[in-house]
Formats: sequence, structure tokens, C-alpha cells
Amino acid sequence: MHKDLEKYEGKLPKKVLQEIEELCPVSKIKKVAEKAYQEYLNAKIDPGEAVGLVSAESIGEPGTQMTLDTFHYAGVSEMNVTMGLPRIIEILDGRKTLTTPMMEIFLKSPYNKGKDIKEIAMQIKETKLGELVSEYVLNIVDLKIELVLKLEKISALGLKVSDVAKSVEKGLKGASLKVEGDSISLKLKERDEKSLNELYKLKENVKEIYVQGIKDVSQVLPVKRKDEFIIITAGTNLKKVLELDFVDASRTTSNDIFEILSTLGVEAARQAIIDEVFKVIDAQGLNVDIRHIMLVADTMCASGEIKGITRYGVVSEKASVLARASFETPIKHIVNAALVGEVDKLNSVVENVMLNQVVPIGTGLTSISMKGKNKKE
Amino acid sequence: MKKETKQEEQKQEAVKEEAKEIPVENKGEKSVEIPFVQKKDTPRTPVEAVANYVSKQVSSIVFGVLSPKLIKKMASAKIVTPELYDKEGYPVDGGLMDVRLGVIDPGLKCKTCGSKLKECIGHFGYIELARAVVHVKFIRIVQILLKCTCRECGRVMISEDKIAKYSASLARVEQESGGDARRMAIKGVIDAQKNGGKCPHCKAKQYKVTIEKPTTFIENEKRVSPIEVRARLERVKDEDCELFGINPKVSRPEWMILTVLAIPPVTIRPSITLESGERSEDDLTHKLGDIVRINQRLFENINAGAPEIIIEDLWDLLQYHVTTFFDNNIAQLPPARHRSGQPLKTITERIKSKEGRIRHNLAGKRTNFCARTVISPDPMLKIDEVGVPKIISMKVTVPESVNDWNIAYLKKFIQNGPNVYPGANYVIRPDGKKKKITEETKEAALEELQPGYIVERHLLDGDVAVFNRQPSLHRMSMMCHKVKVLPFKTLRLNPAVCAPYNADFDGDEMNLHIPQNEESRAEAEILMEVQTQLISPRYGLSVIGCIHDGISGNFLLTKSVELPRERAIDLLAFVGVTDFSKLPNKKIVNGREIFGVLLPDDFNFTTKSKSGEPVVVKDGKLVEGVIDTHSIGGEGEGLLLRALHKSYGAKSTIEILHKIFKLGIETLLVTGFSAGISDSDLPRTAKEMVESTLNQSEEDVNSIIKSYHEGTMETFPGRSLQETVELKILEVLNKARNRCGNIVKEHANKKTHTIVMADSGARGNFLNLAQMAACVGQQALHGKRIEKGYTGRTLSCYKSGDLSPEARGFVRHGFKHGLNPREFFFHAITGRDSLMDTALRTPKSGYLYRRLANALQDLRVEYDFSVRDANGKIIQFIYGDDAIDVARSDNGKIDVQKIIDTTE
Repeated sequence: MHKDLEKYEGKLPKKVLQEIEELCPVSKIKKVAEKAYQEYLNAKIDPGEAVGLVSAESIGEPGTQMTLDTFHYAGVSEMNVTMGLPRIIEILDGRKTLTTPMMEIFLKSPYNKGKDIKEIAMQIKETKLGELVSEYVLNIVDLKIELVLKLEKISALGLKVSDVAKSVEKGLKGASLKVEGDSISLKLKERDEKSLNELYKLKENVKEIYVQGIKDVSQVLPVKRKDEFIIITAGTNLKKVLELDFVDASRTTSNDIFEILSTLGVEAARQAIIDEVFKVIDAQGLNVDIRHIMLVADTMCASGEIKGITRYGVVSEKASVLARASFETPIKHIVNAALVGEVDKLNSVVENVMLNQVVPIGTGLTSISMKGKNKKE
Repeated sequence: MKKETKQEEQKQEAVKEEAKEIPVENKGEKSVEIPFVQKKDTPRTPVEAVANYVSKQVSSIVFGVLSPKLIKKMASAKIVTPELYDKEGYPVDGGLMDVRLGVIDPGLKCKTCGSKLKECIGHFGYIELARAVVHVKFIRIVQILLKCTCRECGRVMISEDKIAKYSASLARVEQESGGDARRMAIKGVIDAQKNGGKCPHCKAKQYKVTIEKPTTFIENEKRVSPIEVRARLERVKDEDCELFGINPKVSRPEWMILTVLAIPPVTIRPSITLESGERSEDDLTHKLGDIVRINQRLFENINAGAPEIIIEDLWDLLQYHVTTFFDNNIAQLPPARHRSGQPLKTITERIKSKEGRIRHNLAGKRTNFCARTVISPDPMLKIDEVGVPKIISMKVTVPESVNDWNIAYLKKFIQNGPNVYPGANYVIRPDGKKKKITEETKEAALEELQPGYIVERHLLDGDVAVFNRQPSLHRMSMMCHKVKVLPFKTLRLNPAVCAPYNADFDGDEMNLHIPQNEESRAEAEILMEVQTQLISPRYGLSVIGCIHDGISGNFLLTKSVELPRERAIDLLAFVGVTDFSKLPNKKIVNGREIFGVLLPDDFNFTTKSKSGEPVVVKDGKLVEGVIDTHSIGGEGEGLLLRALHKSYGAKSTIEILHKIFKLGIETLLVTGFSAGISDSDLPRTAKEMVESTLNQSEEDVNSIIKSYHEGTMETFPGRSLQETVELKILEVLNKARNRCGNIVKEHANKKTHTIVMADSGARGNFLNLAQMAACVGQQALHGKRIEKGYTGRTLSCYKSGDLSPEARGFVRHGFKHGLNPREFFFHAITGRDSLMDTALRTPKSGYLYRRLANALQDLRVEYDFSVRDANGKIIQFIYGDDAIDVARSDNGKIDVQKIIDTTE
């Protein structure tokens, strides 16, 4: 780092320092740094500022302008992405099950050039037996099912009939298996007379047997982005995908924040919240500063796990009984407070509004200290 | 805790007596002393004035359950009779309206505190219940207690040696997920004990306790009476209570079974006198009347030794009434009703929900000194002014305290009285007495007036007012304006501030508040004034800027106008410029030179216009380029305004902005500006081109459909055949519309004012124009062509399976030509859909906003720039990683490149 810049280290944000170093001709650095420092001091936030409310306004206000539409991915059917307001609500609620879970899988260098991309994608996709069977022949007398396999599809997946049979055997319950050339026949283990029903049940169960790929990834779509190919999936299973050796683990992401939390930790989850919310707002053509989203994400993650902005999440963490009661289910909060003998210290905003007192935020935070005559002394 | 919130204050005091450890400071409302009112005969010196303002403060509130002892102690009357009034209409002693519980009739005096109506805040009473009843709100915790403690000895069913071990783990559960979870966990712990249905302490056999909803406990298929329940709860030891997360100091378990019932003061259940002279009692009084009546009957029956069945029935009835007194919305109980059949509003309903006490009365306040009417625009007002109708200015007043220096000035207002405009409505004496000024009392008030009095005078120009439009979604929805008193009856505002308020003039109404003391006036002026809100904290760019005519006027001016110097001076003089030396001394001056006059002399700025051409301001002169929405617009545009703000501050910016706005309007007045139908006329060639484009596309679509029917079409990967066809058709049709748009763009006359508006960014875009002039285009529903309606077709006039553009909502005509009935219908479909979308979205986003605001409202930046919540828990170590206030930044950044460029 340039020596004129060094003394600003710790005084100026890293990003600004970096930019000065990159963009500024050496001769100007001293002046520019001084100017930037002055500007930074002017732009600094005031202590006491109600940043939380400003952030809430900044996200809430454009909410009215967002659309409700889900947006369809070109290419694969059943692959649409929740966008707009519903997605933001989903993220901020801290919902564990998403309406449209998705992954963006980046690949390591030789694989991302587009060669064999379809094969790689197919390896990731979860294949169930139902997709490989063209016909089920039910033999009611012998209580047998004959599965006629789609051979091209099996070979396209790089499998053999024996592989399929193996996985069928693994996933099968209450029936025995026999490979006959290119078809597999299943025989129900004989029991009571209800077995015809059982046979139909078996037929349905067989369809769901897992053959290959990564569980929960129901669709894959190779897409060219900039100069490399990536794979977009419907359904997510980050942990398994990151284990694959051709996947670039540093860039691959999922839109399931809880999955990121469990595989990569809170910091990653926080970043995921920021990215996901920002993506939606950006796609709507709205301009919201990242700091506001960061603050919301930090509030959600402050306890080390993800708490939604709901009465069960962040709001339930508040210390003040009245603050919680003023949000939702007031009776419940008051009753529980009475049991415990809770003391409301009136530290936050609403309680003081309720009691007609000065709120401890912004200008209400300051007070005058005076040297008075002390009568006792 | 019996009466929920309304008893807090009392509760608090009571707790102080019972449990001395909890420090509570009380406002002391019992000694009714209104802190703001000065006592008689004391001259008002500054120091004492302050002393009178500094009122006591509530420092904390303790919640707890009222014990029977406490209920009796705090009660000022025992209620024994359900009668309310005697024959003279005077409240009966020992009745529910007993004067010892407070007064609601003017003229009566409270027997407890001796004060009159409005001074007495009311006092509690109590009734002795003949038999104990259960409090509904504590049903669950009582059940848990019964289940987890021994029915004989009352100990928790965990053996002595293990209690310590579990209490630690339970504390952890409570820390993590709250008191409710703790009580659930204790059940689990006891189940895991495997006591074999016996108490580990006294080895008594245990039975399962279930609730028969809503208020009956069943053990061993037998009913456990509340008396029995109470007896068992009494046996629970204090130490064991703590295991359940109950603080025995403030809430003993047996207090949850009621033996006495606190009667709320009459002041919280006032009766209304109807026009007929009849009294109509409050819902709570009705309910309490029922309770007292049944209670009396129960007493009588018990004393008379009535059969057990009758007593049981009455007991159940008493339980029902007490239950509905607390909550009239319990699932298993029929709600208690008025005679008219409308359900009673009892305590729970009073507190909860949006219209309840908490959200409606406590968290939401109402004010005096405010006004509301329709708004209308007035570009001649300054941006930070608000036009207030004279009628309003004579009703909504400003208090001004009299001193030696302004007494003569204030006397003039009193002289004028309430009906002549700059007059005054009231005089407030130092003792707080408010006197109305009328023609008769005028002279007396004038004579009386001396320093220390307060005069409530009419609004004057320059007074501070807070102006607001709902929904107040961001802080710019409430800004401080300077009053300008005007004739007529609407509130007026400069159209430049429409954007932050999101206001238009199709009948919108807005509110005006007049701050009533120096502190609030100072805060309004310093924190809320329009100038200070120029830059949005949402994205760090200007929210206030020119709109509509202000933009197109400046666009035309800087683009093509040339004027004789005299005319230019006229123009500038109108705008408010007095120094014309900056205008070049030549016969004909151009628009850019005129515009430059408004800018500061040392202002340098470059940007790009909407069309991508450079705009250069050098030394306060517009050297190159055209001014449009990118330079002077609002809502995230207006980069020139942002640059001005940074270099010259808010005040100059808003002045310059006002001048720019006026310049634009005046330019249009000079040049004339109107849009007509002919603006969207197309030359014959263009029309033909549009026609042929559309025909061509239609043919393309037909060939796609044909290949689909013949089965020669290739499907897109992963798509079905139908989807592929739809996609292909949609693509062709969208291309067609875009091509039409381009044709319109090419052939439209750039001079027409419709195009000027689109070009400058004042309003509308080329797509709108193309829709008017050429073709409205495909109507899309959920991202697809319209397919709803009959099976296989949209309308009965089409064949089933018709995929042609016409049959699936392609509108090929423009608005000017007019749509045919089918097109009109399709257009209406999408129109209705978007209406629905908006209607569904508004409450959703409103709720999201409420939740966000509630969750984040007490976060603030500390002096070390960390963000913390009300408990001091750190949310961010440095706000936004760099402590930059977005409202003071350049679109959220410090623009290093700009600094480098401007540094020599």
C-alpha cells in the first residue's frame, strides 16, 4: 500500500482504500485520500439514529411496488422461481420449506466449458425407477410385475440393467426380484389374500425407487452464463452437491437458507439472506441500499440461528413485555409475564410511546447534564 | 393477574408491598396531581417552570397475578348487590356503580378520594365468590401443575436428588425457547422419570388429569372441583413453583383459582345516557351484574342447604359468567350476548387486535391542532411551503407565551378576536385555566394579559407545520413545511413534493399538524423539514425533483429554445432571478445559457442524458447536452440535484430546484405545450409498414401452428409440444409489437409534445405511444397467452383449439384506432388481473412492513457506531460495515472516482 494511504488505514473503510489504490494516479494519492477522508467523516452516521426503522421503511415501502408473479425459467417445464413479494416474505419469515428450492452449481475448470454438460447434469439429477420404466405388466395370477425398461435412457445415464436391478433390490420391500434380459420382474412375497391390492401398491412404490443422482434434485438445466456453463437445478441438496469432485464448491449456492445454515454456518446463511433479498429487489428494478438488507439479515442471524421476522422469531426475543404484546397475541404475552413476574424495564420504543414518555432513540437519547448546586453538600 | 393491563399500575404498587425486593418507581397516580398545571399564587419563574415540567417517570412495570389478599386490600368497596341505581337514579351502595369505585356522573364526588369527574381515576372493588372458580387464562398452566405434582403431598414428581440436575437443563430450555417450552419440557422430564404412577416423595398413587374444555378438570373419570384444585395447588411448594417457571412471589399457583373477584372501577366501564334519558350500561357492567346475581343466588342456596345438583348447576353458571367476563371468545363456550344478540365485548376483546386498547389507544395516539382536507397543486408555492386555507388557520392555533417584549404584538391578536384573521382564540392563564376569547371577553382578556400568559393565536405565514399523507410508508411521508395562509379551502403543496408523499390531486386528502411547543417545533424544523429529506435514506439519491412540466419545459428550453435577451430576462425574472449579469450579452440567447443562470458559478458536473448523450456543466454554465429527468427528476434520478446537494447543501439545492421547476413551467407557458390525438398520427408509409409487420407475424404464427398440427415441429428440450408452440408464437408476437414500436419511434414527429414528454422522461414512454398509434400487442395472463374461458377456446366465437393470435388475446389495433369487442374483452381480462394483483399485494406488503418495523424499531447506532437493540445486544459491530449513512452517501457509496476526477 502506498505510504500516503497507510495512515488512513483503519480510518477509512477498506473498500474506499482499495479503490483509491486501484484508480488513483500516485501523484494525487495524498490529496485524494485526504478528500475522501473528509467526505467519509461527513457521510458517517449519527449515533442514536434509528437505523432499524429506516431499514424497515426502505424494504417495506417498495414492497407495495413489487409484483406477485412467479417467473418461469426458459427451458425446463416445472421450473419456475418464486420472485417478487412472495419470495421476500418467504425469506424474511424464515420458512423452512421453500416453494421453489433451487441451486446454482458452478463447475471446475475443464467441466465448465460446455463439453458433456448434459451428461454431468444428468448425473446430478435424481433419477427414479419410474422414469426408466416404459411399461408395467401386471400378472395377477402369479402376483408378478414385469418392468419393461427404457434401454436408451438407461444407457444415456451411463448405467446398465444390472445397476438398475441392484438399486431396485435395495429399495424394494416385501417382494423378490428377478432379472430377465432387459426387463425386471418382481414377485410379491405371498401372504394373505389381500395381495392383489398389495400388488398395485407395489407398482406405485416401485416408481419412487431411487436409482441414481442426488436426492431432491428433481430438475436440472445447464445454462451458459458469461463464458462458462453452470447447472441450475430445481430442488436442493447442497451438502451432497458440494461433495462432488467436479463442482466448484466456492461458488455453488442454493436458495435454501436453512440448508446453507446447516452446511456452511450462520455467516454464510447471513450472506445468503442478503444475496437472495437483494436479487429479488434488483430484479424488480428497485433501488434499495444493501445496508438495509444487511441490517435485516443481521437481526435475523444475531442469535446464531435464523429467526424469522415473525411473532415466533425475532419479535419473541424482545425483552419488553409491552413491546411483544403490542405486536401480536397480546393476551398470551401478558399472561405469561404475570406467571414469571416479568419486569418491563421500558428500554425500547413502543412501551415508552404507550406510557407517553420520551423514547430512547434518536433525539430522545440525549439529555442535558448540568452542574447544579448540590444542596446536601 | 386478573384484569390484564388495566391493573398494571395497581399491580405495581401492590407488588411493592408484597415483595419488597423489586424496585418500582411509580408515577403515583393516586395523588391526583396533574404535573403540568402550576399551583395557584406561585409566580412562574423559569426554574420552577422547568421543575413543573419534569414529571415523575415510570422506570419499570412488574407483572404478576393478584392474590385474594391483595384484591381485598386494594379494593375500596365490597360489591354485594346486582342493582345499579336506586329510584332517584343515584348509585346504590354496594352496587356495581358504587360511588366508591369512582364517578362517571358530573356533579358527584368520589367517596374514596373525594375528587370529581375526570379527576378521579377510579378504584377497584371486589366480590366474594360463593364457590371458587377457575380463571380461563390460566387453565393450561394449572393443568400442567396438576399433572406434574403429587395429588397428596404437592411435590413435583421428580425425586429430590434429581431436581437440581433438571432445573439447570430446564433453565436452558427457557433461555432458548421461552417459558412455554419450559413447561412443555417439564412434562417430558416427568414422563421420563418412570415413577410407575407413584409419587417419588410420598409414594401416593397418581391419576391422569385431563381438561374437559373449557374449564373442567377430570381425574380418574371424576370431576375435580375448583376447590379441590385450589387445595392441591396450595400444597405446591415455592421451590417447586420455580421449576415450572413461576415466580411464587408474584404469582402463587392457587391464585389462579379465584375466590374473590376484583371489580374494575366504573371509570373503565362508563354508562352512556341515551337521548331518551335511559341509561345504557357498558358490556363489562352487564357481565359483572350477571356474576353478582348468580353469586348471590349461589350463596342463598348454599345457606338454605339446597340439594347438591342445584348448587352444582349454579356453580357452573357462575364459572361460565366469570369465564366470559375475561374472554367471550372461547371456542367451546357460546359467547354471552346482549339482548339484541350481539356478543358482549369483555376484557380480552378490549385489549387485543387492531382495534384493541394496545394497538389502538396505547401505541397509537390522537392529536389536537391538526387539519385535513383535499390537496391541490400550486407551483408558485416554495417547495417547503404548504398552503393552508384561511378557515383552517383560524381554527388551528399556535400557543405563544407572553413576555415583556411581545406583549404588544400579542395584544393585537386578541384585539382582532377569533373571527378576524390574524386573531387569537384562547388565552391560557399561568394556572392553566383556558379562556375563550369572544367579542365580549376580548376587553377583559386584553386587560388581564401579562407575562406568563399564553395566547393561542391564529396561524401566520412561516409557522411550522408537519404535513402528512397516508399511508405513511417512509419518513418522507411526514415532512415539515412552512405555513402560507391562502384563500379557498384546499391544502396546497408544490408538485415537486408529490413524489415523497406519493400524492396526486385526484381527490387525495392530507393532514396538517401544528407543533405546540418549542421543543417539538425545533425538532420538526431540524429533523423533518423538506430540505433535510431531499436525499432518500433508501438509496442515497434525490427523492424530490422536478416532475411533469418541470422536466419537459427544461428539456425543450435546453434543447431548442432561442430567445431575444429581453424575453429571456422576462423568463428569469418570473423565476425569481434578479441578477442577470450571468446571461451572455448578446441579442439572442439560447436555452442552455438561460438554464445556466440558475446554477452556482463554481459548479462543475457531468452526466449522461436519458438518450445517452453527455451533459456538461462547467463553471456554472450548461456547456453541452440537454436537461431531462436524469438530471433534474426525482425518485432516484436527478443526479444534478444530488451533485448540487453535495456541494452547496440542502437549502440552496431546494432553492435552485424551485427555480428550475418554475423555469420549466414558464418556458412551457411561453412556447405553449399541449398533447393532442394528432400527436400519435403516423404517416401513410409507417401505417403500411405496421400493417405489413403484423400481417407477416400473423403468417409466421400460422406456419408455426401448421407445423405443430402436422407434427413436423421440434420441441424445445424439456418442454412439451404445446409449450413449445406457445413459446414460439409468443416470441413472434412480442417481436411484432416491438417492431411496431420501432416503426412508431422512427416515424413519429419528434416535435410533437407527446414525444417530447416521452423523450424527456416527464411522463410515458415509447411503448405507450406505440400502443396508442400502432398496436396494443399480446395480452398476457400469468406470463402466457390467454387460455382461460371455454374448453379449448377463449370465447365461444372461436373454434376449439384455435391457436391463432386473434383467438388468444393478441390485440392488433392501437388505442387510437380502437379495439374490436373481442380485443376489448381480452384487454379487460388483463386489466382486471392486474387490479386483482394490486388488491392482493397491498395487505401482504403492509403486513410485511409492520412486522419489519416492529422487529427493528429499537435498533439504534451507538456512539461506537455499533448497532444494538434495546437490551444492548449487538446486531452489527459497525453499521453497514463502514458506518456510512445512506442518506449522506452517493447512492450508498463514497464515489472515489469522482474525488479523483475533481482533484487537481
